[in-house]
Amino acid sequence: MIPIATTRSVTGIPTGRLAVWWVVASEIVIFGGLLSSYIMHRIAHGAWSHYAAHTNTWAGGFNTFVLLTSSLSAVLAHKASVENDGPKAARLLGLTILGGGVFITVKAFEWTHEIHLGYTITSNTFWSFYYTAAGLHALHVIAGMVIMAIVANDARKGIALHRVELIGIYWHFVDLVWIFLFPLLYIAK
Amino acid sequence: MSEHAEHAHPNYVKVWAILVGLLILSILGPMIGIQWVTLLAAFGIAIVKAYLVAKNFMHVNVEPRFISYLLLTMLALMALFYAGVSPDVMKHEGSRWAKPDWVAAAAAPVAETLGEHGH
Amino acid sequence: MAESAQTLGGDAHAHEHHEEQGFVSKYLFSTDHKIIGMQYLFTGMAMAMIGGFFAYVFRMQLAFPDQSVPLFGMVSPADYNSLVTNHGSIMIFWVAMPVLIAAFGNFLIPLMIGCDDMVFPKINRLSYQIFLISAIVLICSFFVSGGGFGGAWTAYPPLSAKAQYNLTPMGASLWLVAVALEFVAFLLGGINFVTTTMNSRAPGMRLYDIPMVVWMIVLASIMFMASVGPLIAGAVMLFMDQQIGTAFFDPDRGGDPILWQHLFWFFGHPEVYVVLLPAVGIVADVMCVFARKKLFAYKTVLYTALGTGILSFFVWAHHQFIAGIDPRMANVFTITTVLISIPIAEMCFVYIATLYGGSISFTTPMLWALAFIAEFLIGGVTGIFLGASGADIYLHDTYFVLAHFHYTFFPIAIIAVYAGLTYWFPKMFGRMMNETLGKLHFWGTVIPFNLIFIPLFLLGTTGQHRRIYSFENFPELATPAMQDLRVLATVSLVVMLLFQFIFLWNYFSSMFRGKKAGNNPWRANTLEWSAPSPPPHGNFAEMPTVYRGPYEYAVPGREEDYWPQNVPN
Repeated sequence: MIPIATTRSVTGIPTGRLAVWWVVASEIVIFGGLLSSYIMHRIAHGAWSHYAAHTNTWAGGFNTFVLLTSSLSAVLAHKASVENDGPKAARLLGLTILGGGVFITVKAFEWTHEIHLGYTITSNTFWSFYYTAAGLHALHVIAGMVIMAIVANDARKGIALHRVELIGIYWHFVDLVWIFLFPLLYIAK
Repeated sequence: MSEHAEHAHPNYVKVWAILVGLLILSILGPMIGIQWVTLLAAFGIAIVKAYLVAKNFMHVNVEPRFISYLLLTMLALMALFYAGVSPDVMKHEGSRWAKPDWVAAAAAPVAETLGEHGH
Repeated sequence: MAESAQTLGGDAHAHEHHEEQGFVSKYLFSTDHKIIGMQYLFTGMAMAMIGGFFAYVFRMQLAFPDQSVPLFGMVSPADYNSLVTNHGSIMIFWVAMPVLIAAFGNFLIPLMIGCDDMVFPKINRLSYQIFLISAIVLICSFFVSGGGFGGAWTAYPPLSAKAQYNLTPMGASLWLVAVALEFVAFLLGGINFVTTTMNSRAPGMRLYDIPMVVWMIVLASIMFMASVGPLIAGAVMLFMDQQIGTAFFDPDRGGDPILWQHLFWFFGHPEVYVVLLPAVGIVADVMCVFARKKLFAYKTVLYTALGTGILSFFVWAHHQFIAGIDPRMANVFTITTVLISIPIAEMCFVYIATLYGGSISFTTPMLWALAFIAEFLIGGVTGIFLGASGADIYLHDTYFVLAHFHYTFFPIAIIAVYAGLTYWFPKMFGRMMNETLGKLHFWGTVIPFNLIFIPLFLLGTTGQHRRIYSFENFPELATPAMQDLRVLATVSLVVMLLFQFIFLWNYFSSMFRGKKAGNNPWRANTLEWSAPSPPPHGNFAEMPTVYRGPYEYAVPGREEDYWPQNVPN
């Protein structure tokens, strides 16, 4: 018997997309809780600007550029999947994954440098928040890259092209979190 | 297998270019050193960028309305959380107690070191 | 599809040819929602036995201080803290939530909305696997050096953050990991409940034709998802404080313990409504069937539940009235807390109105449903004293609080669950439970329950603090009269726990030897009763079409006093 549940869509929105929005909503409150806590501390501790001065704005800015560009390739992949061009979508998703990889690599160098200078996660609460928030975000980037690789692999063979849009929505969300992390950690000194 | 919401694709590269332009502005703005310009550049631009990504890349405007309501509700809850918790967490002394670290922190104004930015 | 006689959902795929499935892939790695629901149910039941045992041990310590407890031994102060902490954590996270939301949700939702399974069966299976791992991690925490976490289920730092204070370095972190995994499992599960209910309803089932228990589980899942985020963030921060030495919550180094309290209770308060709503939903369904009457005001109950859910996000700091929060903040939260009693009372009134004029049969499920209302009312009313910040100054951290939340939690996690288990037993297993044993078990549970917790109200108003392992050192709390009350409560608990064995016997023996039940022994309307008992893999031979709401009982002019949803006009 053909499964029924997976094919129906009473609300009009396909179930897979509904599920991704649910995931995005739950991530908003997770990051929201963490970042709210950070903001409360940051506003009350004027002296943290001394610590914050040591974050590398150029690394952060470059990473923002990388993520924005990877979001571009993700949405172009979506456009390709709508046009039923699986291999093209897979290539563009590959570029997105590459962007994620660059992001993580830059971060690795950035953190290594900062740790060498003595700014570790236990140095003080500013740095604890810095590493925790950016670290949680980076974990989401890595998870996104893994899922995206699986989707891209299927897309290349023309299978399950609708998932290109879904992983794209998740990736744009990860980009959105960074759009706010960047000013919080790097610019608003 | 799933219906794809019919919508015209905006020029994604153009949107990307605007986003990058805004990014550059948000880095240059704080270099001027005026506090409200910094905050506007940092967070105002972030909000604009977020809107552009949500609208053009995530196609939130094409989805059924309840999706937008769901996401806005989550944001509202975060605002509620902040409103309920920050008066408490940011209060650094009471009639019979003080958070020494926070008292010192409150004494150092935020605007003091805006001239420096990380290199 | 021909194998409809299989007890637990049968073969697990949609292919034309039927391979013989081994026990492992059929039962342990199934993606069938009914089996996954059972897995959650049995895991929850096992955890309930552990949680109940812990309660027995620490109550024995309180009633007969410093005497060896049979089946356990001597209870040290550290043991006591650990027992209390894990009793609370287990009952909320590993009993109430899995049984009310995951077991009933998984089993019932596809059946009640008329489709063949959940939308994401593999994610469903993954959620159970993660849940099982979380339970195993928690149980492991009892056996590591230092023992299980003893910082109370609320895990306030600095006690929970610093091993030098809590003396359970590994237990504390394992507890945190177990709770975090449980959260992930329920976030994943929620995906299925919400998307399946929204998207896979049978043709003709409008939003207002959805049975109340399904709506309540959906609302609960949404509320859980919306509230758990800050606590997940907090758990990450606490874990870092414990293991890496960050100072998020360390006041000596610029952290703020009150932040944890807020992060915890921002989730913790909606959480109690997350477990309340499914219980209320079960009671609604059971009541209508056994009063042979329409739910008095379906839309009212639904919107009230929604309103309660929303309001529940605005009351959390009533747990922190004496933690040093700004008194002006306390005023705000007093008002919202007292306000939230209104929609809940209103739901109780609707249920009473549903009963009025009905043709009531006092079957075991109905007895449980009625007991839910009576006992929960007591719990709710006593909450008002606690919600007023002035009165709470005295009552906070006394046994009054404990009795209040047991008068709410027990109906939710035990009474409503028994109502659901006895009501849906014929559907799950194709047989009837024994009514006599059911009634015996009912009275043997409810009467002792009151005898446990009414003494605790009295002890609380007399000033007995919570989380103290022995009152020998508090002369004004160790009077003979007070100690008698403690003994009464403990003896009643032992009696109540013994009666649960009657249920276990009834449940498991009826599974194999109960009288065979047909499709619809209770003559109910909702779609699950039109499927075979137990339903085969795929549930329905043909997707049903829905013509009306779920509570059309005793409709004038009809010969039958019920009108199933899928019977054409």
